[in-house]
Amino acid sequence: MDEKIYDLIIIGAGPAGLSASIYASRFGIKHLVVGSLMGGLISETHLIDNYPGVEDASGFDFSQKLVHHVKKYGAEIMPVMVRKINKKADRFELALDGGKKMEAKSILLATGTKRRKLGAKGEEEFSGKGVSYCATCDGFFYKDKTAAVVGGSDSAAGAALYLAEIAQKVYLIYRKDKLRAESHWINLIEKNEKIEVIFNTNVTEISGEGKVEKVRLDTPYKNQNELKLDGVFIEVGSDPTVDFAKDLGLAIDEGGFIKINKDASTSLAGVWAAGDITDGSDKFRQVITAASEGAIAARSISNYLKK
Amino acid sequence: MSKVINLTEKTFEPEVLKSNLPVLVDFWAPWCAPCRMMAPVLDELSEELDGKIKIAKLDVENPAHGELAMQYNIQSIPNMKLFKGGKVAKDFIGFRPKEIFADELKAEL
Repeated sequence: MDEKIYDLIIIGAGPAGLSASIYASRFGIKHLVVGSLMGGLISETHLIDNYPGVEDASGFDFSQKLVHHVKKYGAEIMPVMVRKINKKADRFELALDGGKKMEAKSILLATGTKRRKLGAKGEEEFSGKGVSYCATCDGFFYKDKTAAVVGGSDSAAGAALYLAEIAQKVYLIYRKDKLRAESHWINLIEKNEKIEVIFNTNVTEISGEGKVEKVRLDTPYKNQNELKLDGVFIEVGSDPTVDFAKDLGLAIDEGGFIKINKDASTSLAGVWAAGDITDGSDKFRQVITAASEGAIAARSISNYLKK
Repeated sequence: MSKVINLTEKTFEPEVLKSNLPVLVDFWAPWCAPCRMMAPVLDELSEELDGKIKIAKLDVENPAHGELAMQYNIQSIPNMKLFKGGKVAKDFIGFRPKEIFADELKAEL
């Protein structure tokens, strides 16, 4: 076993974990950041233009800048997944992928959320064959083709606008009668001639011969329950990653999000949480709130470690 | 040192289809964040599994590679296909952490 005991291990390398690391470094906390996706889910976002000072950046570039910033202060970052966290008397033991173990006096959980599946028939079968969860990764394959985005959030709107730059036609299919995306996105969608929004409708089945060719709608659209298309992008929200909260017996809310206090501490001493995984910031899950919770957590942890 | 082979439309056949060893081909593109995250994982695995499997990649953004991408129905990337005897034996779609992917690959060898 690695004999080194960190003051802090940050689990998750998205905006919350990386912001916490920047502050932790500046507070002089010896720490390690572990995460499977460097930069987090935001790295797959096509455009970030609502973070102060960032007018126009791809999610990938933005996340690389965060990683760079963290490294500049000398923090250790390890691209690895944590399997399990065990609480010991005065510390925490982390079992990493590959059998390695690490110990820390405090833990910050910033593992964010996982993309939700739609749950439509054929979704699994056609995954990678026309069903996608990442418009910036796979939009390229729909040049001059027809694609649909399922969902009504900022992510769904962003995906539809991104695809409209490539595809010939984009349907945005949403189960409610009004998109829940920011007005800014809605205005852009309304102005975009390639995008057609289909409200009050669910996709119940995805089908085709070897690849996606059509979807079945639960409400007729232009008198048809079938919609012909080449690809379906699923953007129906995300769920918190709950495994560690369960390992540690942390208090969570009805949606599985970790309950945090004003200083980002959780129901268990020595454990903090920040970002999309928490019920904090009035549940307004944005890069800016994740960064903020990360900073607040780092200060609180710094105070805790001094005691 | 990474032993990952950068494929082209010309080397695909000799390196992949005619290979005696199983070959993992990563169909990827530079704009794809999870593909770029996958790169260091593949670099490390190419060393660890050297002699057991070849690891290669094909950039699908290159128009000259478009035909191969179409032939193998690439619609989501990173899309990693394990070739055995010139045929696709298994697909791995999307980013996966190293240890998990190493186990998945070893199970196929």
